[in-house]
Amino acid sequence: MTDATNDPTALSADAQAPRVEQESRWTTIRRAFRTAPLTAWFGMIVIFLYIVTAIFAPLLAPFGEKEIVGDAFDVPGSEYLLGTDQLGRDMLSRMIYAARNTVGIALLTTILSFLLGSFLGMLAAVLGGWTDNILSRVVDVLMSIPQLIFALLLLTILGANVVNMILVIALLDSTRVYRLMRAVGMNIVVMDYVEAAKLRGEGLWWLIRKEILPNAMAPLIAEFGLRFCFVFLTIAALSFLGLGIQPPTADWGTMVRDNAQLITFGEIIPLYPAGAIALLTVAVNFVVDWMLHRSSGLKE
Amino acid sequence: MSDDTILKIRNLKIDGKTGDEWLPILKGIDLDLKRGEVLGVIGESGAGKSTIGLAAMGYTRGGCRISGGTVDFEGTDLVAASETYRRKLRGKKIAYVAQSAAASFNPAHRLIDQYSEAPIQHGVMNTTEAESDATELYRRLQLPNPDEIGFRYPHQVSGGQLQRAMTAMAMSCRPDLIIFDEPTTALDVTTQIEVLAAIRDAVEQFGTAAIYITHDLAVVAQMADRIQVFKLGETIEEAETRKMLSAPEEDYTKSLWAVRSFKATAKPKPPADEVPIVELRNVDAAYGATPVLFDVNFKIHKGRTVAVVGESGSGKSTAARCITGLLPPTKGEILFNGEALPPGYRQRNKDQLRQAQMIYQMADTALNPKQRIEDIIGRPVGFYLGLSGKAQRERVRELLDLIEMEPDVYMHRFPGELSGGQKQRIGIARSLAAEPQFIICDEVTSALDQLVAEGILRLLDKLQIDLGLAYMFITHDLATVRAIADEVVVMQHGKVVEQGPKVEMFKPPHHPYTDLLLSSVPEMDPGWLTNLLGARERGEIVDAKAAGASDN
Repeated sequence: MTDATNDPTALSADAQAPRVEQESRWTTIRRAFRTAPLTAWFGMIVIFLYIVTAIFAPLLAPFGEKEIVGDAFDVPGSEYLLGTDQLGRDMLSRMIYAARNTVGIALLTTILSFLLGSFLGMLAAVLGGWTDNILSRVVDVLMSIPQLIFALLLLTILGANVVNMILVIALLDSTRVYRLMRAVGMNIVVMDYVEAAKLRGEGLWWLIRKEILPNAMAPLIAEFGLRFCFVFLTIAALSFLGLGIQPPTADWGTMVRDNAQLITFGEIIPLYPAGAIALLTVAVNFVVDWMLHRSSGLKE
Repeated sequence: MSDDTILKIRNLKIDGKTGDEWLPILKGIDLDLKRGEVLGVIGESGAGKSTIGLAAMGYTRGGCRISGGTVDFEGTDLVAASETYRRKLRGKKIAYVAQSAAASFNPAHRLIDQYSEAPIQHGVMNTTEAESDATELYRRLQLPNPDEIGFRYPHQVSGGQLQRAMTAMAMSCRPDLIIFDEPTTALDVTTQIEVLAAIRDAVEQFGTAAIYITHDLAVVAQMADRIQVFKLGETIEEAETRKMLSAPEEDYTKSLWAVRSFKATAKPKPPADEVPIVELRNVDAAYGATPVLFDVNFKIHKGRTVAVVGESGSGKSTAARCITGLLPPTKGEILFNGEALPPGYRQRNKDQLRQAQMIYQMADTALNPKQRIEDIIGRPVGFYLGLSGKAQRERVRELLDLIEMEPDVYMHRFPGELSGGQKQRIGIARSLAAEPQFIICDEVTSALDQLVAEGILRLLDKLQIDLGLAYMFITHDLATVRAIADEVVVMQHGKVVEQGPKVEMFKPPHHPYTDLLLSSVPEMDPGWLTNLLGARERGEIVDAKAAGASDN
């Protein structure tokens, strides 16, 4: 940097290089959006609306998350757009706050499981041998027990709270990420450019960060979308079973359970939170499909 | 036209889809083929050779469309004909032999079942007839054990045999036209001969018309009656084979012909007491329990090129892996400037790693597609020489100048934005960035078009003179050896069968295997294959069996 301050030409060269990069990346992204199919647009808009709802929940919700505003099981009307739940809380407000909890927790869990799974998967791919064998066998054992039952078991042992749930689901889900990353990584490790880097004397960290990860990004991002849906559904399922997000915190899975009895009376209220889950899942999948299509098809 | 013409292509235009646009691949091609005639189609990659081969069957690859013109086969326009009609023709009247037989056979079915598929489908034969017919054709194509070979699965026969089995399959319905798309490109020279001879005999016996697509002029000279030269979707020139070879008219054709004339400057012999840069001493190596190298010895001196030749599986790449330390030898040692190198690359220090660099065969997989050119070349500069920031960028610019690529244009590009030859140049620049004394070139030109390959050879030669580099040049192409080598090491079955200065190596007497290799390199003379096969028949020149070649 000291050189650059003395030399004006070096400074301008420095300033130009990143701009070229940004421009080309920007045009790539713009082209991608321009050619996106209708389903992907639908997905992106829905996800955007969910995010807006989650962020501005206190502004959007007519009542508080835990506020009891009327009688139990009030019918939908002008005051309570979606009626009230079994304790007399406003359904709409709780739905809006639940977006925050359910989506936020799912996102955090997925990110954790990806950090863990992809790091270990890459380690297994690069090092091979014993590291790979031990890691893979541990993953096999974890995967041999049905995920939901295993999660229920662990949460019963460790105690049902949000932190435990995030950690348990992240761990169990990271096994799937591990297997994907290991498979993708193994295909990349045999490439000549990785061999060239090894022969240059590069360390493990460089190999993972510079040679393998950038080339594994496309399948990883696509998998991230899919995993997010699964995690989201697992949390909803655990909440439905009573071991997930604990009351009085609003959450779509719990809301379905709490109001399930209304179904017998021909009410569709419990289907609203279920619908919110379904819609987000469908939207994420649309976007993921588009990304998968792009990463598997013609590359720029 | 008379009935004699079997295929008449007029003003054929084919577009391919790139992004949102349709770009022309073929820009109005005319092509005529008479019954029983073999037409050679020549051109570099991207010339549209394969596209025209497929178009002759009324077919285009996915993402392509026929935007104009006619493909008239036996009086019917295939472009306008229904898909049902075209499907009836394919396999029965028109057959196709692809470049990679290994990829074109279904690995889950026996050869003979795949042979019978077309005749039974088209109702020409029943199963028993088809199987006895297959045996007959296998015999004609000189496959070993013709009665039995059809009952094997594709992975149980060698590449050359598979390619012949595929030719037999194409002939199963006795088609009027066969399209050969680079059928011998993936084969070793010694195997190529057998396949070429088999194809030629079969085509002659059945009077089949053929389109023979290749980039290898010497091969097409043996096979074709007439040659049509393509460049970027247009016909450049068309003539009888002999006329085309002796008196090409267009400049482009002449340049194609002239490629083989490149000769690197001969270097003086090193003094007898000079310590070689690299020396392999009694090296044995194995993949797991399978031994692959046996007592390999050779030396590489400063500023000289040692070509290591042999067919696939002969151990030439394994020798290179031993030198780089990727495969530690089980016995023997590798000396660098007279000092023994640690066997594995992990035990070598930075300077030892820096001194020996490698250039790969497939430039596509040798460059990280997610790194920019300046990072690819800049990394070894920073890693070995400790340069960073502006100094590193300056060095990258120098290196790009050295490999004759404009720094301002290419610095910020990704490998995907370069052509095959340019990528290979970047590979060279990356190895030069380490400022090594010794570079291993592993089949660096075999994936490139001849014109581009020649450019790479010239560049390597120039760099050698300027920088005093020593090269270990792994290749199976003896034309490349003639062009660039100072010394030659011939390998077979993991052993060095012969070595010496190039001048002596190209003069008899030879080890029988060297003889086989040398005599198998196709020459431009159209009578070469006939003469060679005659001479081998009479026992004047060694044939594959005598030399113990692996394929037969």
